[in-house]
Amino acid sequence: MVAEVSGAPAHRAEGPTLGIVGRFMQATEVDARLLGMIVALAVVWVGFHIASQAVFLTPRNLWNLSVQTATIAVLANGMVLIIVSRNIDLSVGSLMGFIGMIMGAVQTQLLPPLLGWDHPATWLITVVIGIASGALIGAFQGFIIAYLQVPAFIVTLGGLLVWRGAAWWVASGKTLAPMDTTFQLFGGGGHGSIGATASWIIGLLACAGLVGTIVSGRRQRRRFNFPLRPVWAEITLGVIGSAAALGAVAVINAYPMPVGLAKAYATAHNLQWPDDGLFISLGIAVPVLIAIGSALIVSFISSRTRFGRYVFAIGGNPEAAELGGINTRWVIMKTFILMGVLCAVAAMIATARLNAATNALGTNNELYTIAAVIIGGTSFAGGVGTIAGAMLGALLMQSLQSGMQLMGIDAPLQNVVVGAVLVLAVGIDTYYRRRTA
Amino acid sequence: MRKLLTVSLAAAGLLATVGLAAAQTIVGVSWNNFQEERWKTDETAIKSVLDAAGAKYISTDAQSSADKQVTDVENLISQGANVLIVLAQDSDAIQPAVQKAVDAGIPVIGYDRLIENPKAFYITFDNKQVGVLEAGPVFKLKPKGNYVFIKGNSADPNADFVKSGQDEVVGAAVKSGDIKNVGESYTDNWDPANAQKEMEQFLTKNNNKVDAVLSENDGMAGGVVAALAAQGLAGQVPVSGQDGDHAALNRVALGTQTVSVWKDARELGKGAATVSLALATGTALDKVPGAVQFNGGPKKVTMNSLFLKPVPITVDNLNVVIDGGWITKDEVCKGVKPGTVKVCG
Repeated sequence: MVAEVSGAPAHRAEGPTLGIVGRFMQATEVDARLLGMIVALAVVWVGFHIASQAVFLTPRNLWNLSVQTATIAVLANGMVLIIVSRNIDLSVGSLMGFIGMIMGAVQTQLLPPLLGWDHPATWLITVVIGIASGALIGAFQGFIIAYLQVPAFIVTLGGLLVWRGAAWWVASGKTLAPMDTTFQLFGGGGHGSIGATASWIIGLLACAGLVGTIVSGRRQRRRFNFPLRPVWAEITLGVIGSAAALGAVAVINAYPMPVGLAKAYATAHNLQWPDDGLFISLGIAVPVLIAIGSALIVSFISSRTRFGRYVFAIGGNPEAAELGGINTRWVIMKTFILMGVLCAVAAMIATARLNAATNALGTNNELYTIAAVIIGGTSFAGGVGTIAGAMLGALLMQSLQSGMQLMGIDAPLQNVVVGAVLVLAVGIDTYYRRRTA
Repeated sequence: MRKLLTVSLAAAGLLATVGLAAAQTIVGVSWNNFQEERWKTDETAIKSVLDAAGAKYISTDAQSSADKQVTDVENLISQGANVLIVLAQDSDAIQPAVQKAVDAGIPVIGYDRLIENPKAFYITFDNKQVGVLEAGPVFKLKPKGNYVFIKGNSADPNADFVKSGQDEVVGAAVKSGDIKNVGESYTDNWDPANAQKEMEQFLTKNNNKVDAVLSENDGMAGGVVAALAAQGLAGQVPVSGQDGDHAALNRVALGTQTVSVWKDARELGKGAATVSLALATGTALDKVPGAVQFNGGPKKVTMNSLFLKPVPITVDNLNVVIDGGWITKDEVCKGVKPGTVKVCG
């Protein structure tokens, strides 16, 4: 899943002075920064678990957390490529709001008179229109940035104002609700999960994918005579990764359908209601699947396709990339198209989850997204960044907010803490990088 | 000779302008942000009263900028406005401009938002009353139990006004222990998505043992209801709100929201226009019909004020908003099962 384009190290430094942790890290080639983030996340989680009287690390709260993180996680995928190529997108929150209102208007005002309420095609038409608008607006902003050479900061700062205003115009500031029943599934909620069996299948697929990646990676390295990882390191990676995937599924599946919904389910399926309640696993929520799916796709794009390599090359040195024959303008424009599409996906999740399209949708999300990406180790100087890091960054930010909410810390102080953590995280990272450089 | 002519012409022109101004009342309205849908409704109501009285309406839009609004007010004065209605972006930053108008003998009406100047008039819906009316129907349904309080933006004084009104109703029960406050939070930007996350966390923390939710507005109530629906609790837990949002009135008909306190913007517009006409003809601030002395602002300045009464809309009086032309019956009744709600048939 790690999409860092560092390639395989050309030679392995043989240092007998390394401790056991150092040797492990060197053999498995695990990114130290990523590992550091996982440790930080673990510390935060355990801390909140203690501070919240053992509520934080319950399946229910972790399930909530996964759904609450989904929107920012989707946005962060695109933002990594944008920041890696030395640009910025400040318009994502507003764009989300605008596309959310478009999708709201399509399914509550445009389609019902034509097709009737809750028509089976409503959700599909809505999603297609939403994603097309996202791609179109992304292309528009990207064109101005790449071909007319207006700085991305300015163009998207304009976008921040323009799209928020445009969101208002869609329905003159009204809230559009409720959403189409099928569309609501994208938001998670009571019915928007895939159940226990499908979740286990996803978990097993993840394991198979991981093992497949390790095996094919090893074969590739052998083919090009690159140094191989020791076999024990490969196996350790595979085992830890698979355990993590299956463990996550087990935790998610331990969260049962809430009693109110389970009773309705039992009535609908003619089941006898047992005295000790009915345990039906909700399984992984649809928005979480969408977030993971888009992370995998963007990871693949950024590490395995020419476009992805060009993005990192441009970020590393724009002049050299251009002189090297890369059509830098078209590449940059494509990153903004991708960002627009992801804004539409995020808007889809957020409106479905709220069961309403509102003007304020996505307010400040550009800031949370950029913070998640930066905490995740993407450098503002360009050329460096990982999708996996950004996902962890998004999870860390949402953990802080949800955890503080559980502890009863009010919104103003939450902002103070999240802001401080952002600066602290980047500060530590910079310090660490300077020392190891 | 030519110079004298110019001067006298100029003087004549000046006199003509003054004469015109004296003949017609010019009401200057400074909006803080005309982008928000609801102010259009207010404007129409103001204009209808002024048109009927033959007064002239001029306006400016500060586009959410406190600086621009100061200039706007000065412009309105130089355009000859002889009474001002100001919807303040920032109640402190607007003070110098208001003072300038007051000093020039131009009456100023603080519209909907408080401008603490003893010589200005203040007209608004009673925000504390909004809180009282929100809590009333919810408290009637659940006089005991676990309450969650979803408050508005921490920087908006209205969030605290509304909360103080809610406390008037439930305060005694909270003190006696009948009502337990199991979660209370401000909500950044009054954002429904934030309110949804807050509610999810409060439900998690209390293992779904929440009996009632006092949300300060309808948008956030939407987020609260979405969080309740995910737990299969929508419709079982009373939820409050204000604004008469169309989506919220639909929820009231569906039974997932208990009350939406409705402030009829047209009443506020008409009220302000009527007061402005009275002040323009020289009526003293404290002689305006219905005026009361108010000093409940942050700086405790005593002001002459007019408070309009909001209307709590519950499933029993949904006809009020339909008959008032605020919303169509189809919108209110979308998805409502026939025979369950009176107005929907």
